Amino acid sequence: MARRNRPPRTLNRALVTPEGVALNLKLASAGTRASAFLLDWLILIAVLIAATLLVMLLFWAIGKSYPTVFAVIWLLFFFVLRNFYFTLMESGARAATFGKRMLKLRVVARDGGRLTGAAVIARNLMREIEIFLPLTFLAFGAAEGFVDRWTTVLGFAWAAIFLFFPLFNRHRLRAGDLIAGTWVVENARRAIGEDLVRADGKAADLLRFTPEELAVYGQFELQRLEDVLRRDDADSITMVAAAIRRKLGRDDTIADRVFLDSYYRALRGELERKLLFGRRKRDKFDDAS
Amino acid sequence: MTAVAPPQFAARHFRAEREADWLLLEELLDLVEKKSPRRLSEDDLIDLPRLYRATLSALSVARETSLDAAMIAYLESLCTRAYFILYGCREPWSRQLKTYFAHGWPQAVRAIAPEIVVIALLFVASIFAGYYLVHADPAWFDAIIPPGLAQGRDMQATTETLRSSLYDAPSEGGLEVFATYLFTHNSQISILAFALGFAFGIPTFFLIAQNGAMMGALFAAFVPHGLGIGLAGWLAIHGTTEISAIILAGAAGLHIGRAMAFPGARSRLAAAGDAGKRAALVMIGVILMLLVAGLLEGFGRQLITDDNARFAVGGTMFILWLGYFGLVGRRHHGTA
Repeated sequence: MARRNRPPRTLNRALVTPEGVALNLKLASAGTRASAFLLDWLILIAVLIAATLLVMLLFWAIGKSYPTVFAVIWLLFFFVLRNFYFTLMESGARAATFGKRMLKLRVVARDGGRLTGAAVIARNLMREIEIFLPLTFLAFGAAEGFVDRWTTVLGFAWAAIFLFFPLFNRHRLRAGDLIAGTWVVENARRAIGEDLVRADGKAADLLRFTPEELAVYGQFELQRLEDVLRRDDADSITMVAAAIRRKLGRDDTIADRVFLDSYYRALRGELERKLLFGRRKRDKFDDAS
Repeated sequence: MTAVAPPQFAARHFRAEREADWLLLEELLDLVEKKSPRRLSEDDLIDLPRLYRATLSALSVARETSLDAAMIAYLESLCTRAYFILYGCREPWSRQLKTYFAHGWPQAVRAIAPEIVVIALLFVASIFAGYYLVHADPAWFDAIIPPGLAQGRDMQATTETLRSSLYDAPSEGGLEVFATYLFTHNSQISILAFALGFAFGIPTFFLIAQNGAMMGALFAAFVPHGLGIGLAGWLAIHGTTEISAIILAGAAGLHIGRAMAFPGARSRLAAAGDAGKRAALVMIGVILMLLVAGLLEGFGRQLITDDNARFAVGGTMFILWLGYFGLVGRRHHGTA
């Protein structure tokens, strides 16, 4: 039987808002997820070491009369940190641990609804078999002799299924994501960028192009040109200006940047005008003009 | 009228007219994310959804009329952020806690009743199995209970040793350390039982059966010395809470495993997602129950050494749990 609704191979997913607009979500890649986890792991270890030192310091300073209180505090702290650091961090408004924040990720519900506390807890309790179970087998392997080596290898291979679970599915779901109905998406902010067609009385407006010269390129080339202009790298400006001049067969003596600015402006005006009439010229090979 | 509009009229004015709204929306979102939603004024609260819808509509228009890739990408990320803040907002913690105890938890427990029955039966069966195995051949004792855990309470132990293990305070460490250790250790085991449910629930069966067999083996060591009732009391004071919690954790794991193996009419992903969230609700409670059990075990058991009093405390706790899970929150319909 053919499988229905296979997810696409890319990491782009559409989320249709209740207003009927499709937003493009980009799922975090397995590498980014692993890096975020390693960052969190380092933070956890650092906090644990700091807390242990603090408890020891307090013990030496004032602990003589209450020797056991510090052991209790440390045990509870360790337990809470190990099991609930991820849960508490992801329950906040940003739905991300420090590691995820650094890599601009966040957790969202797969159906686009609200990320409930239950979902956050479910996805993070699963770390017990994703991380601690493989670690246990590794520690076991280090401690045992030759007889148990195969037990260790098989055990670790089994546990590795959970560890590497995100690599086995197209949504990059961990075991925890799978049972919690969540996934992790990129949450990078973008700058709006300078308005390249703003009328500011620069010399760019003086340059005129013929309709034939504006029919050479399409949307794809226009947006590559936009990239070049925004990056404002002298070498690429020179190269791109030379390439466009060659293509158009123009040889003027205007500065490259001014030439590109005015060509961008004219081309975008032309293509957007056509867009209003329902004709989108996707690239230079597209003859929908 | 003036002359013909310049060719970039639409695009240029489109952005100039709306850019202030977008920046305002971005500011409000920063305030919510970095500080707290409470920092929003009343006007901001009215503005936020309006600005979101305006930006979303600008995105739709821009996609169809503009070729400014940077602006479209900006609008896209702004709308996505706003969407998750507006539609992903949660209830305040206090109300979440109230709904959880008023109906969320008992409802979730009742929803996994079939799994609870299966795990409870398995647990009871493995107690008997452990007991009769050790009863038939004492060599089984060492195989079932690791020597480190037995702490001398094995088949060769004298009646005196066994009796003191039931009624005397533990020699090392204070009660509070002991209670804390028990709580964290048992919680870790129950979280493992839950998480192992992911492998279609099969390892959860093993874990539960192992714990049941250990209990049965312990009885087999105590009963010949006439200490069966004593051991039962020693276990009952906290065990009614602790064993219920472990059975719930196993059942929660099995619930996930069952949804993944037999998703029914829904897709496997959807079924697993629902089951996981329900099981997680049960698990929060399990950890709380283990906290109670740890206190009873660490303090109650060492302070109360009379068998009857131990049974009374254990029995009362069991009836309380049963009543809570069976009766509370039945009138409430809808999602937890």
